[in-house]
Amino acid sequence: MLSKIVRTTANQLIVFILIFGLYVIAHGQLTPGGGFQGGAVIVSGVVMLLVAFNAKELKKSLRESGLSIMESTGALIFAALAFAGIATTFFYNVLVGTPIFGHVPPTGANPGDVWTGGVVPLMNWAVGIKVVAGLSAVVLAMALFSSGEEMEE
Amino acid sequence: MDYMPLNFPFLAAALLIGIAFFIIIFKRNLIKLIMGIAMMASGVNLFLVALGYRVGGNAPIYTNVPPGPMVLPVPQALTLTSIVISVAVLALMLTMVIRIYRHTGSLDSEKSRRMKG
Amino acid sequence: MASLLAQAPILIIAIPLVAAFLTPLIGMRGDKARKALVVGSLAFTAFLVFALARDISITGIRVYTLGATAPGLTEPTGFMFPVRIILEVDGMSIFFGIIWAIVSLAAAIYSFSHIASETGQIRFFTLLLLMVAGGFGMMLTGDLFNLFVFLEIASIAGGALIGFRNRFGDTQEGAFKYIVVSAVAGLMVLLGTGILYAQYNSLNMAFLAQAIQYTTLDKIALALFLIAFAMKTGMVPLHLWFPDAYSVAPASITGMLVITSHACMYAAFRVCFTLYGGVIDGLVVGWIIIILGLLTMFVGVTMAVYQKDVMRFMSYHAISQLGYMWVGVGVGLAVLGTPALLAYGRDAMTGGIFHILNHAMYKPLLFFTGGALFYYTGTRDLAKMGGLAHKMKWTTVLYIIGTLSISGIPPLNGFSSKILIYESVFRFNPILTIVGIIVSILTLASFTKAFHSAFMGAELPEYKGGKEVPKSMIIGMVILAAGIVLITLFPSLIVSWALHPAADALIDHGAYINAVMGAVP
Repeated sequence: MLSKIVRTTANQLIVFILIFGLYVIAHGQLTPGGGFQGGAVIVSGVVMLLVAFNAKELKKSLRESGLSIMESTGALIFAALAFAGIATTFFYNVLVGTPIFGHVPPTGANPGDVWTGGVVPLMNWAVGIKVVAGLSAVVLAMALFSSGEEMEE
Repeated sequence: MDYMPLNFPFLAAALLIGIAFFIIIFKRNLIKLIMGIAMMASGVNLFLVALGYRVGGNAPIYTNVPPGPMVLPVPQALTLTSIVISVAVLALMLTMVIRIYRHTGSLDSEKSRRMKG
Repeated sequence: MASLLAQAPILIIAIPLVAAFLTPLIGMRGDKARKALVVGSLAFTAFLVFALARDISITGIRVYTLGATAPGLTEPTGFMFPVRIILEVDGMSIFFGIIWAIVSLAAAIYSFSHIASETGQIRFFTLLLLMVAGGFGMMLTGDLFNLFVFLEIASIAGGALIGFRNRFGDTQEGAFKYIVVSAVAGLMVLLGTGILYAQYNSLNMAFLAQAIQYTTLDKIALALFLIAFAMKTGMVPLHLWFPDAYSVAPASITGMLVITSHACMYAAFRVCFTLYGGVIDGLVVGWIIIILGLLTMFVGVTMAVYQKDVMRFMSYHAISQLGYMWVGVGVGLAVLGTPALLAYGRDAMTGGIFHILNHAMYKPLLFFTGGALFYYTGTRDLAKMGGLAHKMKWTTVLYIIGTLSISGIPPLNGFSSKILIYESVFRFNPILTIVGIIVSILTLASFTKAFHSAFMGAELPEYKGGKEVPKSMIIGMVILAAGIVLITLFPSLIVSWALHPAADALIDHGAYINAVMGAVP
């Protein structure tokens, strides 16, 4: 565990990292980014906490079973969105034309409209959830591993 | 097709992949082996991104884009997927190396090979 | 039913994938629910595979476009080339799909008791289902990049499963070697894909097959693909990792790994025959494949003769048997485009493909019996076993079936495929047949020796108290043995229903292109 100054700063900074990560996920269909990138940004926050505190402390709040459920949920939401179009084809974009994310973006340069992309933004969120859970589990497992402990089963 | 002048990115990619092959074949330290694979992945990714580059191109995103040509989006999507995959592969390999180290107390591939024959 | 069948290609990949992520959620409700989920999803997938196979034999090649307004709409309106991800299923793909469906079901059932004493079973089955999805993806996709993605999914899941019993050091080493080989092979495939994309601006195999020119860059890409896939199948100069990885995995996973190496073989065939089908220099590439195949056969079996570890011994035999398939299909490739193709090339290819089917039945069966021996005795060392036939009656019978089949003893199925290879290859070059027969004799000799040391003789005192392995392991083995018996009883039916369509699908690359590109010249 590092000094109190580092820990307090980390506690404050994590909020900004979270917001930035969520922003990257939410604007995945408009700007560079998306589920994986935003998720990786959030996990970098987890790594910061891992350095500031230590693996054993963090393990108390991030349980492996919880992460595993979260990861599966993300993957299942993604698959469910893909299955939503099964009446026509798998991955068919069912939300096009509806008010939820259904706007058709103008062709060419435009200022960007968040309500576009159909199921793509929702899939970004699903991937984001999965990546946050999966990568945090990886990072945490490795930190515990190198400090000589195992994850609980 | 106009690629980038002087083909520098391709030369760099070939160099990276060549060095990576050398490392993978000749280095005995398992961590260095993993580094070699990471380098190889970077080389291939660089190759893919360089493929899609057009001189003076913008990022292939329509939000607030200035006028002009765009670079190809498909190789970038490929690169992204490949990065995600190499993250998983590298994490798995590192975990295994930690376990191997615990069992044998060594990172030398010659010493840890007990299954000859 | 009809609408289910229309979506079948993607459902075959998606159902194991969804089941894989459902496993952690449902798995907490107990053993029964998890087993039901695993078996249910795999059985339903197998049903879909068979339904699709029947449909393809009637209506021909099936394409499935992801995200389009209709599954068959490969080119969006106003475009002259495919832009979406396309699955393309022909006789060859579905043939491998059938094998994979049967073996993965048998392996999953076998695993229930084989790994019952291990921790982390939820993870085991999640990875197993992911591996199944990856394997199906490799077989059904019509897109080079997805081939790479599914190859990596299958490899990562497979690597993690090899190292599953992580309390042993050697499992970690085997898994590490496997994952290193897979990573390098995967990157080589990606590099080859990039080279092709650079020239033709597409990733779709049918489009590429139509546009390909066989320039120097194309040849480099072909070499990259072939080396990568040969490395994954353990072809001889690159086989050193193979027994290390295969012998330490849980037996059910070893059985499945055999089929993933077949899937890589499928990918190599797809690249040679379909992607480069119109332009490939068949004689050169064919001869390279034949010579390496012969080496693989010979080195594999000679290394196997003096192995003490039962799983290592079988792994070397797996290498040797893979050589037969390379030779059979290599001869087909060497005569591609010449009149000799119709005379005996097609038979040689049919023999090679038939041997894949047979190998996919008896080799997992033998690995499963090896796993049963390990389960019973706690050791893989043949010298420490003996007299096991007294207690393990089922395992003994199943081992005998597998042994007779792998050595090509008539009338078992191994004989029918080997005779098909020998006869047709003899007309191409008699030396190949002679080597094949020598290898076959060595195989029989070494398996008889292993049988003798494990099963025959007096009961050893340390194994007196044991019982036969649990039911689920026997069911898993019996599924595969039933496959062997079926093929033995109806070889000609199998040849005309499954093997000729598969061989023809490889030869006729024009049909594969037309299915996606339409009648566009």
